[in-house]
Amino acid sequence: MTDSTTGPDQVTGATPDNAIRNADRAEDGPVLAADGKPLKASLHRALRREKLRALGLIAPLLIFVLVTFIAPIADMLFRSVENQIVTETLPRTVAALDDWDGQEVPDERVFDALARDMIVAVEEKTHTRLGSRLNYETTGISSLFRQTGRDVDDVGELYADQFIELDEAWEEPMTWATLMGSEDYLSEAREWQARADEGGMFFDEMPPSFELRDGVSDVLPQTSEMFQQFARVMREQNGEAPTGEEPWNITYLTLYEDLSTYTDAADRFSGQSAELIEQAAQAVDGFETTDMRQTFLDIDEDWGSAETWGTIEAFSSPYTSGYFLAAADLQLTPDGVERQPEDQRIYGLLFKRTLFMSMVIMFSCIALGYPIAYLLSNLPMRTSNLLLILVLLPFWTSLLVRTSAWKVLLQQQGVINDVLVWIGIVGDDARLQMINNQFGTIVAMTHILLPFMILPLYSVMKTIPPSYMRAAKSLGATNFTAFRRVYFPQSIPGIGAGCILVFILSIGYYITPELVGGTTGTFISNRIAYHISTSLNWGLAAALGSILLVVVVVLYWLYDRIVGIDNVSLG
Amino acid sequence: MAIELPPYASTGQKIWHYAYLVICGLIFFFLIAPIITIIPLSFNAENFFTFTPGMIALDPEAYSLKHYRDFFTSDDWQQALRNSLQIAPVATLLAVGLGTLAAVGLSQPHVPARRAIMAILISPMIVPLIISAAGMYFFYSRIGLQGTYVGVVLAHAALGIPFVIITVTATLVGFDQSLVRASANLGAGPVRTFFKIQMPLILPGVISGGLFAFITSFDEVVVVLFVGSAGQQTLPWQMFTGLREQISPTILAVATILVTISILLLTTVELLRRRSEKLRGMSPG
Repeated sequence: MTDSTTGPDQVTGATPDNAIRNADRAEDGPVLAADGKPLKASLHRALRREKLRALGLIAPLLIFVLVTFIAPIADMLFRSVENQIVTETLPRTVAALDDWDGQEVPDERVFDALARDMIVAVEEKTHTRLGSRLNYETTGISSLFRQTGRDVDDVGELYADQFIELDEAWEEPMTWATLMGSEDYLSEAREWQARADEGGMFFDEMPPSFELRDGVSDVLPQTSEMFQQFARVMREQNGEAPTGEEPWNITYLTLYEDLSTYTDAADRFSGQSAELIEQAAQAVDGFETTDMRQTFLDIDEDWGSAETWGTIEAFSSPYTSGYFLAAADLQLTPDGVERQPEDQRIYGLLFKRTLFMSMVIMFSCIALGYPIAYLLSNLPMRTSNLLLILVLLPFWTSLLVRTSAWKVLLQQQGVINDVLVWIGIVGDDARLQMINNQFGTIVAMTHILLPFMILPLYSVMKTIPPSYMRAAKSLGATNFTAFRRVYFPQSIPGIGAGCILVFILSIGYYITPELVGGTTGTFISNRIAYHISTSLNWGLAAALGSILLVVVVVLYWLYDRIVGIDNVSLG
Repeated sequence: MAIELPPYASTGQKIWHYAYLVICGLIFFFLIAPIITIIPLSFNAENFFTFTPGMIALDPEAYSLKHYRDFFTSDDWQQALRNSLQIAPVATLLAVGLGTLAAVGLSQPHVPARRAIMAILISPMIVPLIISAAGMYFFYSRIGLQGTYVGVVLAHAALGIPFVIITVTATLVGFDQSLVRASANLGAGPVRTFFKIQMPLILPGVISGGLFAFITSFDEVVVVLFVGSAGQQTLPWQMFTGLREQISPTILAVATILVTISILLLTTVELLRRRSEKLRGMSPG
């Protein structure tokens, strides 16, 4: 158990676990400590206490990092697959779509469910959010939801009118409240109403939670469900009680449907309610009806397109691979996974560009960093320390300072162009475009990341004994051969470390490409930022981020295998 | 030394040798010139980003402190400076306090799952900033910290922690554990031992870790862009928007001030490093 913590040879001397090992080897019975307990047990206890003490010191920071950093990363990974918005906003529709064949426009039942979901969503103002979410998958859905949100109030108005024509009482909120609410709830609501009238405009107490009358849900299942929703939304959104508001038109429609199914509903009620229900139950057979599907097609004909329904169905599960597919230029369609249309395949291009430019930056860093590291490691200590300052100063200077310096230098009216014009290499009217393109990004980022190449190279080269080169030369090698066969192979670990470091840093860069990259020199990280703050497609941003994170973690693992995390040096 | 030319070098070797030195000189120029160039440009009397003919002729009229005046009188910049100075020190204190404690814990001989713990603690340095920023934006808006001062401070502290851990554990490598045992032997409790014995010896590492954490927070822009709101607009944020939208020469004045600060910090860290090596009996670099 304890032996796995430190190997026998890692720590020598009188450490508790070494003593345990010695006690294990002892032959003549258990060794006892001064207090008479077996030495082994005391040592185990001491070791455990030491471990706990170390963990106790680490714990605060570990918890801090887990909460402030690891949890956010986990949240991002979660968001890249999370997709509860469809089931949360359209629960009935999603359930009704379960046995849809995916070909034709769904049947009446689905539209019925949609009408109920939409009313609630509109009142809670969540339908536009869902519209934008589905719009990422099929353009046009956002405006479809907006349009429907404006008109869906009227669904069921015909039924409402007919009920009210039957008896004026159906227009009264109290009629509905007494029909649906339990006695306890009604008295609570009356008290609340009294307090509200007294309190005037400063009254801000929430109305009591709605409670359904016993047995109503058996005879009027749909109506009571709808009315509960109505009461809940009124309370949560407007701070109103249903005793003071006329129910949604859709409630009349559900009442109509319930009464058509359960003709003996009136038996459950007493007094005025029973009379009303009785009267309505007899009349509903003669009611004029509407076709729900036609109503929605009149609102917007996109409801008649199988593509709209296909999208809703495809994204109705609480978890989706849709964001990752989108990040790979694929899309989830009713017929399965397909490639995006040619003109919308941007992520593959962006990933390729990010990798390509990071490679270019990495190679420029080797080309520029290698000679410098070689010079520094072969100069006398005093001179090399002085020159090292020239490397460390950019390393310590604010990233934005260096980026703004390049922005100033590379401009068309900037210093470099001025110098070139002055020398006469380029004409005044043909100033070079060096910024807001790939060139600008590569130059600026090479400058910014160069110290990260020089420092590991330098630390490796310092350990290469100069006598090896001299030995090679004395054996007849030319300068070049000695360098190629003897010096260079020994500096490869430094190149590896520097390359991975520069590569890891550059594929995740955001600020510099954003400022000097224009449109052709931007990286995948700029797209992530765009999706977070501009297009608000957080799921896609999370998916792109997760892919990038995986790439970085793999590279980091390689770095750890080659160099070791403990050897991260800060100059 | 390999850099010195032997007296018997051939002409070809001499040419190669001098060409190499010139190449190195050019690379050093590439490293330093952009930073140096902006310093005189920040004293430009005009709103240009290049040297005016007057400046090249060293005409005193062509130089002015106008952009510095802008910086010190503009409300936006001053507010940004204040925000930076309110966020960075608190984040640094958090990072240094927790980080030093944990580094002491990590340097004990028996730490279960040390590699895993180390990987978690170092991760804020490894994960690209844009990913940290995205994750923090999502998570902090869930728990109501997005757009608050506390949120930005916590985020910056998390980013600074790896630097504290790395520098302090590096100093603790050379720390002689028998000193702690000697102190305990003489009757000092663990707290007293820490402050009287361990702390003074690892102080250089703690301070330079703190400087790293400070500069990380002070220079950080990606995370604050997402986690912060208008109320936490820091100096780098102000520079970022300035560079992206309407680039004004005041940025060069700010940049010059920041370069001066980084020179001071660099000197401090270098001095501390030498002191620490001296304390640990290594030869000063």
